[in-house]
Amino acid sequence: MVGFQTLLHKEFLRFWKVATQTIAAPIVTALLYLMIFGHVLEGRVEVYPGVGYTSFLVPGLIMMSVLQNAFANSSSSLIQSKITGNLVFVLLPPLSHWEMFLAYLMAAVMRGLMVGVGVLLVTVWFVDLHLYSPLWILAFALLGAAILGTMGIVAGIWADKFDQLAAFQNFLIMPATFLSGVFYSIHSLPDVWQKVSHANPFFYMIDGFRYGFFGQSDVAPWLSFFIVLCFFTLLGGVALQLLKRGYKLRH
Amino acid sequence: MAAIQISNIKKSYGSLQALGGVSLDIEEGEFFGLLGPNGAGKTSLISIVAGLSKADSGQVRVLGHDVVTDYRMARKLLGVVPQELVFDPFFTVRETLRIQSGYFGIRNNDSWIDEVMHNLDLTDKADENMRALSGGMKRRVLVAQALVHKPPVIVLDEPTAGVDVELRQTLWNFVKRLNREGHAVVLTTHYLEEAQALCERIAMLKAGQVVALDSTRELLRRNAGAELVLSLAGGELPTTLQPLLVQAEPLATRNVYTLRLNSFDEVEGILTAVRRSGASIEHLQLNEVDLEDVFIDIMGGK
Repeated sequence: MVGFQTLLHKEFLRFWKVATQTIAAPIVTALLYLMIFGHVLEGRVEVYPGVGYTSFLVPGLIMMSVLQNAFANSSSSLIQSKITGNLVFVLLPPLSHWEMFLAYLMAAVMRGLMVGVGVLLVTVWFVDLHLYSPLWILAFALLGAAILGTMGIVAGIWADKFDQLAAFQNFLIMPATFLSGVFYSIHSLPDVWQKVSHANPFFYMIDGFRYGFFGQSDVAPWLSFFIVLCFFTLLGGVALQLLKRGYKLRH
Repeated sequence: MAAIQISNIKKSYGSLQALGGVSLDIEEGEFFGLLGPNGAGKTSLISIVAGLSKADSGQVRVLGHDVVTDYRMARKLLGVVPQELVFDPFFTVRETLRIQSGYFGIRNNDSWIDEVMHNLDLTDKADENMRALSGGMKRRVLVAQALVHKPPVIVLDEPTAGVDVELRQTLWNFVKRLNREGHAVVLTTHYLEEAQALCERIAMLKAGQVVALDSTRELLRRNAGAELVLSLAGGELPTTLQPLLVQAEPLATRNVYTLRLNSFDEVEGILTAVRRSGASIEHLQLNEVDLEDVFIDIMGGK
């Protein structure tokens, strides 16, 4: 238990000590997106009746920031430790695969949520946001961060070099987030792309999260929740297996 | 019970066999040397003991605990100083040591951390960031990290590679103290005089096989035979002594001969033979065999 707490604490300090880069920077980025897209599209696009475009955009931006930062945290921590070799300090002690998984996961969730709350706090000045159901908001934020944190663990274990991790991030995570309906409702898409979007698990995270704000969504929140939960269980199982077997960590 | 019991460990990386069935026991409280040229399999073996790497077959137990099936106990009992100079740039020395204690399940370890830092001359650097330390200082922190949980079995993988005399002495004084207090110590090093001075028992690895395993004293004795170096002014080595000749070096003013001695009793006979031949001895030197000679002898495949 102490081992797990220590690893979690260390992982927390790892991003907290460089919070300008890991917390503040993504908040500024999200704010820029909001100002530019909000400026261009406000008044021209109405996704849900009675909801302005900028208001529609905010939950999507928050969720995108949560997801990207959760992924960035666990993946960069692991790849840095692997490449510099200091992962040995975690591999030598009697830490179980569960302890390692939960520590990296929870640190990733923490960073994701901190950035998410930060984006919420700065955007709340620009838009009139209602919180229809804070519980759904929290549930989807937590699960979304957990999923991306887990993907970060898997990617960090798998990648041998920084460019492999960058490929994972740029060719998988980024498209999946951008094409999940952060900036639009998938109902505005042609039929084919609507169906494709339904195969993207990220879509359900953002759709469910947005439901928490507006009480309106493309699919029912319980369905989204179920799908997202299944996805997390699956990924978590994969990550735990990799850690247990020592895949690419214990040769 | 053996501190480390290694039974028939095999390990290959692709087609390269790193360890071909290594078995050896390291006893509790022992100071043990693991020697061999680069690529002999020392670090592979240590990695398997430490759980950083998995053996293809065979078994390792640390104080009776299997390093795979009972890894939590095995790792608690083991302190490993890795060969690579690694560090976490986010933390100070003290933070690093507190975190490492926590990984081993120990809270509030400051009094022991202070003692370890004191013994390794790290106290002045306690609040410095790891990045700011010199290579030698980082090496000390690595040693300290391996000792935060007072492991009964300590493994040092080339701890003195590229470090100055001062650190070597500081390190060996501390490690010797820990050994006296009952900690088993396993050392790999390329400095054979260190191994000779410190280790009670030595295993030599060559191409993934144990080629020698014995007490240091016995290894030195078995491969003994000192050498006698004679400088003769005016005259040559008597023919009766030719069978003992290892090396002859004819110089302008004198001839230098190196003779093998199987026992020190032979010296008297040699000197008598030289005197009788009429040659005069200008200089004479007795070279005792050391671990380096034994090492070269064994690695040479004789």
